Amino acid sequence: MTLDETDRALLQALALDADQSTARLGQKLGLSQPAAWRRIRRLQQAGVIAARRLDLDLEKLGFGVTVFLGIKLATKGRVSLEDFERAVSGIPEVQTVDHVLGLYDYRLRVVARDLADFERVLRRRIMTLPGVGDVEANVLLSEERRRGPL
Amino acid sequence: MRIFMLEDLDRRILRHLQVDPAMGVPDLAAAVGLSPARVTRRLDRMRSDGVLRGSRIEIDWQALGYAVSVSLRITLDKTQPRAFDDFISAARDVPEVVEIQTFLGRVDVRLSLIARDLPDYQRIYRDAVLVLPHIADIEALMTVARVKSDATVPL
Repeated sequence: MTLDETDRALLQALALDADQSTARLGQKLGLSQPAAWRRIRRLQQAGVIAARRLDLDLEKLGFGVTVFLGIKLATKGRVSLEDFERAVSGIPEVQTVDHVLGLYDYRLRVVARDLADFERVLRRRIMTLPGVGDVEANVLLSEERRRGPL
Repeated sequence: MRIFMLEDLDRRILRHLQVDPAMGVPDLAAAVGLSPARVTRRLDRMRSDGVLRGSRIEIDWQALGYAVSVSLRITLDKTQPRAFDDFISAARDVPEVVEIQTFLGRVDVRLSLIARDLPDYQRIYRDAVLVLPHIADIEALMTVARVKSDATVPL
């Protein structure tokens, strides 16, 4: 899909705040409310707007620790990938799972209340996953999202 | 950091909102079995306490023609006192960098980089990434597939 300047501005605005009404968005970008709505719908239908995410202050909710894990599988084969993916996706503390190529096979984003809680998740849930081999953990200190090539 | 005491009701509201942030007050009220006025009050309180910050959309870069997504894991030369600051401020100027994270561990910084295809990736990697200051080591993980991406927390 090719975007024009208005689409780009819309995406940028929604990536910062998706709670604003189409009327307000349209006003900011010099569009009528129906025109803004039509553009957003088109971006959704084209799959450019993949999802809408709730923005929560995790620290205030008691999730003080986010850890990224690199996981290497000890045994490989189509069945073991599927087993691993199914099991890892079911862990509630695991927010994202990416299948990657390189030093590791999977990259996981895990939330926990504190380091002790993270240790519990790691030992009881991650290390017991089918086929799991080497695991590397890096504790997230800061994070910023950039607007990307819009 | 003061931890916000979530009541059971807030928890139920947030669970529904995590699944669908576009859910309006009437639907939320029906889902948790309360009056819209009470749901509104709880939402207002969570907003004013800063627990609920809002929502944002996630852009699927693949749908915009960026087929390649790479996670660059970078170790910095920490003998340079300004290594982090210099590196991050320079990385912000690379338009294809969509995420910058810093870590405690073996990796210092991670950049999420997108590119249109492999030649495009090679160009960005050579001309924009390798010239960033204070890099001691760099490893690339190429994303094959997103297996899970709901990014919810167990409330």
